[in-house]
Amino acid sequence: MADPMKIRAQIKGDVTEIRVLMGHAMETGQRKDAAGKVIARKIINAFTCTLNGKVLFSAELAPAVSANPALNFFFTARESGTLEFKWTDDDGSVYALSRSLTVT
Amino acid sequence: MEMNVTRRTVLRGAGSLGALSALIAAGALKPIEAYAAEWNKAAFEAHDTASALKGLGAGTPADHKDLILKVPDIAENGAVVPVDVISNIPNTSSIAILVDKNPSPLSAQFDFSNGALAEVSARLKLGQTSMVKAVAKADGKFYTAQKEVKVTVGGCGG
Repeated sequence: MADPMKIRAQIKGDVTEIRVLMGHAMETGQRKDAAGKVIARKIINAFTCTLNGKVLFSAELAPAVSANPALNFFFTARESGTLEFKWTDDDGSVYALSRSLTVT
Repeated sequence: MEMNVTRRTVLRGAGSLGALSALIAAGALKPIEAYAAEWNKAAFEAHDTASALKGLGAGTPADHKDLILKVPDIAENGAVVPVDVISNIPNTSSIAILVDKNPSPLSAQFDFSNGALAEVSARLKLGQTSMVKAVAKADGKFYTAQKEVKVTVGGCGG
């Protein structure tokens, strides 16, 4: 089973690049199983990254996002603190990870 | 059930705010998240690009040379097409990506604040050869850039 969330960070000068890889099938709701029955849609529909509770980056995703969503985004960190990465599934379940960020 | 309520709310227009206010007062929804979710729902459910753009409030956005869309000319695998968008338009607060020929063109919407740069990479599914459009919102105005991506079947060139 793929990791629900893997985070990589790369810092170049002032800018931090975050690469998130989310393990999720992103079922579109358009596929049918062997019996011809539609496989229900089930996707990650939202992702946010906050720093000390303030939203830096948020995403709303549709079924057209590839399986195992990989998002890269960038920010200039203005303060040290806690980064929280969170995704939300169609069924309401949430997966979150926190990381410390230190700005020197 | 939840989806039906939202759809009726969107269709009712002004009257919908009453229902939303009741939900906010009841603590069931956070105000900004509720508004954003409802605002984008019509856009995400649209089956053509024009309706999706209308749902986003984007109308007919103007091309902008500082909105940079990077996509492959030919996608080896339509299930995983890398899309990079960089907006050098000042005060870009959000970027949406649409795939014209997909059943629901609006594929993703990204919002940037508190020091985030207006730049994002994602991977999308393209059902067939299609224009891919990036739409950036900056200072309340909308701008676009688009490129065609050829999707091949069986690995042959388009």
